[in-house]
Amino acid sequence: MDQNKTTSVNTPCPREGMGKGSAQCGDCDKCGRCDMQYKGETLYTMLIYSENFAGILNQITAVFTRRQVNIESLNVCASSTPGVHKYTITCYCTEEMAKMLTKQMEKKIDVLQAHYFTDDEIFILEACLIKVNTPMILENKDVSRIVRKHGARIVEVNPTYSIIEKKGMTEDILSLFQELNALGVVLQFVRSGRIAVTKSTTERLDKYLEEMERLRDGENR
Amino acid sequence: MKEKITGAEALMRSLEAEGVDVLFGYPGGAIMPTYDALYDHRKTLHHILVRHEQGAAHAAQGYARVSGRVGVVIATSGPGAMNTITGIADAMIDSTPMVVICGQVGAAMLGTDAFQEVDVIGVTQPITKWAFQIRKAEDVAWAVSRAFYIAKSGRPGPVVLDFAKNAQTGLVEYEPAKVDFIRSYRPVPVPTDETIREAADLINKAERPLVLVGQGVELGDAREELRQFIEKADMPAGCTLLGLSALPSDHPLNVGMLGMHGNLAPNVMTNRCDLLIAVGMRFDDRVTGNLDTYAKQAKVIHFDIDPSEINKNVSVDVAVVGDCKATLARVTALMKEQRHTAWIEGFRPYWDKEREMVIERAIHPTEGPLLMGEVVRAVSDATQKRAIMVTDVGQNQMFGCRYFQYTQGRSVVTSGGCGTMGFGLPAAIGATFGAPERTVCLFVGDGGLQMTIQELGTIMEQKCPVKIILLNNNFLGNVRQWQYLFFNKRYSFTPMLNPDYEGICTAYGIPSRTVVDRKDLAGAIKEMLDTPGAFLLQVAVKEEDNVLPMTPPGANVDEMMLEIK
Repeated sequence: MDQNKTTSVNTPCPREGMGKGSAQCGDCDKCGRCDMQYKGETLYTMLIYSENFAGILNQITAVFTRRQVNIESLNVCASSTPGVHKYTITCYCTEEMAKMLTKQMEKKIDVLQAHYFTDDEIFILEACLIKVNTPMILENKDVSRIVRKHGARIVEVNPTYSIIEKKGMTEDILSLFQELNALGVVLQFVRSGRIAVTKSTTERLDKYLEEMERLRDGENR
Repeated sequence: MKEKITGAEALMRSLEAEGVDVLFGYPGGAIMPTYDALYDHRKTLHHILVRHEQGAAHAAQGYARVSGRVGVVIATSGPGAMNTITGIADAMIDSTPMVVICGQVGAAMLGTDAFQEVDVIGVTQPITKWAFQIRKAEDVAWAVSRAFYIAKSGRPGPVVLDFAKNAQTGLVEYEPAKVDFIRSYRPVPVPTDETIREAADLINKAERPLVLVGQGVELGDAREELRQFIEKADMPAGCTLLGLSALPSDHPLNVGMLGMHGNLAPNVMTNRCDLLIAVGMRFDDRVTGNLDTYAKQAKVIHFDIDPSEINKNVSVDVAVVGDCKATLARVTALMKEQRHTAWIEGFRPYWDKEREMVIERAIHPTEGPLLMGEVVRAVSDATQKRAIMVTDVGQNQMFGCRYFQYTQGRSVVTSGGCGTMGFGLPAAIGATFGAPERTVCLFVGDGGLQMTIQELGTIMEQKCPVKIILLNNNFLGNVRQWQYLFFNKRYSFTPMLNPDYEGICTAYGIPSRTVVDRKDLAGAIKEMLDTPGAFLLQVAVKEEDNVLPMTPPGANVDEMMLEIK
């Protein structure tokens, strides 16, 4: 493996936390440390809206499974529209695949809309919690320097462990984690699924729902 | 105060409200309250007791395919529901409208591994348009109406209703429900005028157009619109396996069947045309062969009702997403009248070649054992091309689809996408209920017949007039052909020792006859057709016959083998 390539990459592998070289790592060629060939894939964020019925998450994830695409992160919650759930899913794939996946998700009866976005089309937020060993961070001045450098917050301190919280982009979070991890102070690390809103000035879901309301009225007339 | 009825009774009233008249089913523990309610409705809801739930699912498919109505299946929980799975998957990939109602343990016991509990929703979600668990009687009317609306609207497909026992016995003030709108579901998209114009422009400019006709034309009831569409611009049309009867076999612009065992001319010309127009078909790999070389020279227009089919296998220039009955008419209105005489003439040499090297040998042999092809054509001729052809899967299916001919729509019932052996016999039973006025001819092999042979009991009990033509070659013939071609003639478990089929028919009280000699064939077919009710005609056909021509899997669409050396 080309070591130069490793050091020249600015973006840390989003799967670093899973342990590089693990079976799941290396579909992306981001870090150059894995054996997989570059597949021309981009990280897409899919925003999916569905009715709030049981079992839809299963149907949505099954679309990814069938097309052999790994889900990188997933967040599900109620949306701003009553009764509508929002799914934020990221995955590496080609644009053709992203199109196909969103169409196949929209085909599910109770899915309202599914769209895919690149990072420049959305505002993104992720968060992480890092549990570290308190005696070790007291001994190591670098820890507080790293925490301040990354704009992270320490939200809990007790004699045994401390908890660091950080919000931001994937890269910022992973970079914080990697620096702390290199010091050997990390006890636990967890990163949230990505959440995102579009930068677009029109709200596609609202437009869709309005249009469907018109269709319903038209049919009843 | 309104009368309170059980959920099971509500189901019966909801089925009647949907216009259901035939049900295919099999009772069992968790569905008993429903069967108890059915007892009072047996005058309006004709229940066909099958001999295995798989038979119920395929029978419902056969019913739906010939009638255009929703096939209905009732089964019990656990094993009953699981036995319908093959039929549900088959209906999904072949877009057949079907509602499967299966029993389930009471809601209080869900998830406890109760007796005959299976997570039916979990199992069926990937192979249905919609799967829903009815956990309380109040949901019955809404769920049934929604199920029928989803099953038959847009691109049709199967729906499963998993009916918990407490919902069957629970009491409800029944209010009829009518679901004809779901805000997250747009069954029939409507293309813009611009899209229609783009499609018409491409057609008007095309010098060598070729139309690919799929089952969507039958499902959309658009045979007449298709005929006007191809006739106005004089465009040759090939049919997919499931689209065979969407265009009469003898229509001058019908250039034959597409695909692996289709006709040479349309397959070769797919890679010569300058415009490929797909109507209600999904570019299955059995049609396209190698996608990297498939129609690369041509512009492509794709008419389909399902947006997720667009650009799935073949990238298209214009996608006309909508109901082809409407979209074909809209495009036709903008088309110029054209003649493509020279282009159409170009199909003839390939037809002549195939006729000489394959077809004549298959349907008019003069010596040697009887061949499947000649049997199929003889039955087709004897029924004046007006019968419904049901096939099982394998060589019987390919010979059936190659040599049977059609004048009416909805005349082919075969398992296309799934290729389900054992489909034929129960599907033929269903077809006799879906089109009681028509003759139903089933071509089935000795392998497939034995997969669902228990349905002879259903035929006996219901007196279903199925004309069963058993093409017996003592082999699993299609697999044997592939072993011959691609596995060095190693016939691994394809020869088969057969039972005495006439003896079996005698036991079921079904008249039968066996033909070995060519001279007896015509008389035997006449006897079969003249005998009222069911008949099994066993034909001893050549053991190692091959379906030709053939595009080997993964080969280019225009590279068909006409003979096997």
